[in-house]
Amino acid sequence: MIPSIPQSRLIRAAYIAYVAAFFAWLALPLAVVAVFAFNDSQFPSLPWKGFTWAWFFGSERPMIGVFHERAILRAIGTSVFVGACVAALSVAVGTTNAFLFNRYRFRLRGLLYVLMLLPLVIPGIVLGISILVFSSTLANAAWDGLGRDIQALRPGLVLVILGQFSFIATIATLVISARLQKFDRSLEEAALNLGATPLTAVRTITLPYLAPAMIGALVVAFLMSFENFNTTLMLVGSDAPLTIAMFDRLKEGSTPLLNAVSLLLMLGSSLLALVVIAFQRRA
Amino acid sequence: MRAQARLGFVLLITPLLLWLALLIVIPHIDLALLSLRERVGVGKYATSLANYGTFFGEPLYLWTFLRTAVMSVLATLITLVIAFPVSYYIAKMARGRSQSVLFLLCLVPFWVSELVRTFGWMILLRETGLISSLLQWAGLVSGPVEMLYNDAAIMLGLVYTSMLFMVVPLVTTLQSLDDAVIEAGYDLGGSGLSVLREIVIPHAMPGIVSGSIVVFMLSLGNYLTPTMLGGKDSLWFTELIYSQFIVRFNWELGAAFGFMLLILSSLIVWAVLRLTGQTLERTMG
Repeated sequence: MIPSIPQSRLIRAAYIAYVAAFFAWLALPLAVVAVFAFNDSQFPSLPWKGFTWAWFFGSERPMIGVFHERAILRAIGTSVFVGACVAALSVAVGTTNAFLFNRYRFRLRGLLYVLMLLPLVIPGIVLGISILVFSSTLANAAWDGLGRDIQALRPGLVLVILGQFSFIATIATLVISARLQKFDRSLEEAALNLGATPLTAVRTITLPYLAPAMIGALVVAFLMSFENFNTTLMLVGSDAPLTIAMFDRLKEGSTPLLNAVSLLLMLGSSLLALVVIAFQRRA
Repeated sequence: MRAQARLGFVLLITPLLLWLALLIVIPHIDLALLSLRERVGVGKYATSLANYGTFFGEPLYLWTFLRTAVMSVLATLITLVIAFPVSYYIAKMARGRSQSVLFLLCLVPFWVSELVRTFGWMILLRETGLISSLLQWAGLVSGPVEMLYNDAAIMLGLVYTSMLFMVVPLVTTLQSLDDAVIEAGYDLGGSGLSVLREIVIPHAMPGIVSGSIVVFMLSLGNYLTPTMLGGKDSLWFTELIYSQFIVRFNWELGAAFGFMLLILSSLIVWAVLRLTGQTLERTMG
């Protein structure tokens, strides 16, 4: 069924209705979360008790808004910090990986490529526990051998960053490789012919060409880190990133405060996504 | 020049090797070793298969494992069936601007965290939730209805959460199918159904495979959705791993559970790739 093939009206209408229903289903939970952020009640549920901004700006009990809730603000800060570290690391390693697989033919290349893809098919929770187990093996060895306790190897932000990086690096590699493959090598050769050193050629010709993919990978990595739950859950220490902090709250019962945080998250990530789209269109 | 190329190669391969060795390969070997360790006394350990024995010997563990696997397969199939017509519509029926807008709309829910999406379903489905209230208001039911904390709610959450990972690969592969090929199918006397079966589905196969693998993996390894939407009787295997590691502090058994999950997922991914004649490089890379 394509537009150029005549179809009965009924089938076409049913098809469009199905697609419309799909999108309504997709939007429903998010719309509900957003609307109840403004409910003037202790619970994010009906009855509707009137419109309020208190869950954003409120400063008195029982309605303390997001901007006055220290724990949530701190968790957002933690998440941003972790996301920035993971994004920077992933894009750096993703770029070197892309160059490696694009430019060099070496023994074990096929094996390493498959290994590089593997983190995508390992469940996040297994990645988390394997890193947890290995780091505590190392930490115990350091304790027994050197008599020193290495805090970085105990559950905490360093492990969270490494755990998220372990699979987000694969995604960054794929995004950057895809663009590098389309690159016309003769441009680089021209630069070399004109007397540039290989490093200058890469820096002035290839990297600018890759920039849109690198920025795209940076944002994707940041978002994936920001919303990661499974791997983080196993590696988290006392500083909880936002998803973990919200999860703990949600287990205790929910107030519209969580709706307000969620709405801010939606706005934030949509904004980031728009930036990427605008950037890619210009490139 | 050769020495320089050699240096470049070493500099480029070092991060890759460090990453794969320190964060992927060695930790998994360590996990496997830990799962083979049995505590025989205070601070004393022996190598044995006891943890796997516990896993196979305890009906609850084995049952949860199988239930998780079956429900993940089911969630993958449902996601595929729901996503295919939508992806086809976006790729082949919609044109120009509306095509890219619809595609973007599909992506939007996934820019927000899974926690928010799950929370949305909780607000909708719970006893005091929106749907229950609406049903009461419409007079269809007399009292509050609890739609949360059961397997259907988990299934709904899983399908919703992984929809994007099915739609994107499907749209990408379907877009590369030339309209002329479909027209040719009709010209040669094919019906809508036979064109779908003989032309569209075979062409979309790489997308179907990679989408299914990702959705299956995400469902199998999901912790949040089953915990939040599932009830007391709907245990998920990842919850067992979590409780062994964090609550009971029995890392040996938890490691064995983790390894079983890894083996199961690898086995199913391998089987799907084998059955459809695809490779991991082609579907993921």
